[in-house]
Parts: sequence; C-alpha cells; structure tokens
Amino acid sequence: MNNNLKVLINGIIKENPIFVLLLGMCPTLATTSSAINGMSMGLATMFVLVCSNAAISMLKNVIPDMVRIPAYIVVIATFVTIIEMLMNAYVPALADSLGIFIPLIVVNCIVLGRAESFASKNGVISSVFDGVGIGLGFTFALSLLGAVRELLGTGKIFSLNIYPEQFGSLIFVLAPGAFIVLGFLIAIFNKLQKKEATPISKS
Amino acid sequence: MFLSLSLICLTVAVLLAQVNKMTAKPIADAKAMKLQNAISEVVPEFDNNPTAEAFTMPDGQGDSLLVYPAKKGDQIVGYALNSFSNNGFSGNIQIMVGFDMEHKIVNYSVLQHAETPGLGSKMSEWFRDAAKPSQSIIGRDLSKGALAVSKDGGDVDAITASTITSRAFLEAVNRAYTAYLESKNENMTGTAAHSGTGITETTQSDSSPETNNNNEQDTTSQEGGNNNE
Repeated sequence: MNNNLKVLINGIIKENPIFVLLLGMCPTLATTSSAINGMSMGLATMFVLVCSNAAISMLKNVIPDMVRIPAYIVVIATFVTIIEMLMNAYVPALADSLGIFIPLIVVNCIVLGRAESFASKNGVISSVFDGVGIGLGFTFALSLLGAVRELLGTGKIFSLNIYPEQFGSLIFVLAPGAFIVLGFLIAIFNKLQKKEATPISKS
Repeated sequence: MFLSLSLICLTVAVLLAQVNKMTAKPIADAKAMKLQNAISEVVPEFDNNPTAEAFTMPDGQGDSLLVYPAKKGDQIVGYALNSFSNNGFSGNIQIMVGFDMEHKIVNYSVLQHAETPGLGSKMSEWFRDAAKPSQSIIGRDLSKGALAVSKDGGDVDAITASTITSRAFLEAVNRAYTAYLESKNENMTGTAAHSGTGITETTQSDSSPETNNNNEQDTTSQEGGNNNE
C-alpha cells in the first residue's frame, strides 16, 4: 500500500507528465485556453489512463510481445471511444469545446508510454495507482496552465471574474501564450523541485 | 499471436457496440435539444414544433438552407434559418438566425465555428449587444438592404480585429434573409401551413431549381396535398 502511494505521488510530482516528462504537449498547448477546458481534458485523459493501465496489466501475459503495440493501441482506442460517446451523450457542451482533442487522446504518448513502461511490467493495482497518479499530475498541470492563461488573457478563472476583461492580454489565450506560460511554469516547477529535493538527499 | 490479437479486437468490438447502443439515444436527444434551444432563442414565442415542420429553401447561391417555421396557432410568427458561411477566418461558420414577419432580425445563435478564441469567437455576443446599436443586428430590417460591415460601406461595426469573421457572419445572415424571403413568398402564394408535409416537402423543394418562378409552381403543386394538423 505504501508502495502504491509512492507510485501515486510519483506521477503527480516526480514524474509529472507535463512539467518533468514533457509528454503529451499537443493537447496541453491546444486545449488549455481556459481552466475548465484544461481540467476536463485532464480528467478525460485520466479516465483513459486508468482504464487502459488496468486492462493492459491484466492482459500482459496474454499479449505476445510482437504485437503488443497494436494490442495496446486497440485497448486505448476503445476507452477513448467510450469516453467520447459518454461526453457527447451527457456533456455535449464540453464535448464541443474540446472537439478533436478527445479522439486524439489515442495518440497521446502519455497513455501509450505508461502502458509500455509501467502497466506491462506491474500488477493491476499498482498500474491503476500509476494511472491515477499520472492522470492527476496531467490534470493538475493542464488546469494550472489553463487557469493562468485564462487569468492573464481574459481576467477570469473558471469563468469567475477577477478583473475586467479589457485589461487582459489576448496573446495568452492564443497559441503563443500557451508556449510562454508553459515555459514559465516548467521553470518554476523545476526550481521548486530542486529546493525540495536537496534536504531529502542529505538525510 | 494472431489469435490473441483477434480475440482482443473481438472483445473490444462487442464492448463498443454495447456502449454505442447505450449512448445513441442520449446523444440524439442532446443534439435535438441543442437545436430546439437555438430555435426558441431566435424566433418570437411559438407553440408548434418547428423541427418537425422544417423544410429546405434555396438561398439564391446554389445552396439550400433548413428553415424552421415558428407558429402560434396556425399563424406563422417567424422563421428560424440554419445558415452558414464558408468564408470564416477558420472555415465554416454555422448560425441560426430568426426573422419575424416584418423582415426584422429577432435574434441569432452561433451553432458551430472554429474562429479564434477571444477574437472571432466574440461573434456569439458581439452582434446582439443591445447597448451598442452600431454593432447590434437585432431588430434590423433587412428589406432596407443587405447588412455589411462599416469598412465595406455598411452600417454594422465589425468585431475589433476580426473583420473577416464579421464579414462571414453577415454573409450568413444575408444568405438566411434570401431564404427567408423565399419562404415567406411561398407561404403567401398558397401553402398556408407547411405542417404535415414536412418530409415530402423537403425533398421537393430540395430538388426544385432555385429560380423564384419554378419555386412558385412547386408550391402550387403542393397545395392539393397539403393537410393541416
């Protein structure tokens, strides 16, 4: 259990997919124009991650090594299709705003990467924890990125007014803003991590 | 190897079919709901079911628009038109625009677009800001001439930094107006109501040539078979 917790924390901080591994940049940059979009993209990816990690760790002895990549892709694509259908059915407004990026979770390298590097080597329970951890890390990063961009661009966070919109700088909602904010966030995250890591290594 | 992959695919196919079956109805409902909301937003109050009575009408440019008549009792009080433009900054724009019977725009609703967030995407609010009559198109009478942005000599203020989107939007509105006129003409020349013949009518006016003349003939041929609710 302690080990599982470690796996979970690992996904959020030490191996944060965005700030440390720099994986899955396409949805990160494209869907974070507002905090709510970033968060829902993160949650959708987390759902897929958890399910595909669980399924793959269960199937890891059935899947021959030679066809493992196609098998993983089939499993991942299934869960992506399921979540796309569910979103269309129950939260159509959200499905509209995320658009093409939901089906594109299939090719998100985080999902395939975790299947290959973790789920195919570990048991079901720790794979699920890994999925939750990485998923939370991804969601956290995307929400933060979305919140910063929304705040600087339109003066809102989660559509709540913080300051009047005309003082916002539009560039942060557009593509260049995504790169700028992401760069700064990675820098801050690295700085914080180093500070945290030093005392632990000494003790 | 081959067997295990086929087995995985088979399981997956069964699972997906099941989920598809489960969600098909909610998805259809959500779509219908969205359409219904868009219609009721843009036309005066009505008590019929416009989606059931929808028909298509040529827009004078070689395409057809879906028209949703809004009725109170048997009286048509307005039309909601699903119009579009392919000249948006990022391609196709779909709007629903409603007219009352005096050629005036009641309201509009943007159904689908890919315009830049924060710039072109403002069109869903910009053109109905009642506090700014120079940019609002609500209540404008299109029989006085087509709408155009002020840069092109019109009297509608374009969205700041999004003239292309504004042009495309107004193009869609003008396109809707053409189809609105046709619908109104058809309504006056005989077919008092479009009810009951929804589906057949759709195919008929779809195949009918765009000219006004032919359209009227088409109408008269329908008169006989037209039943009220």
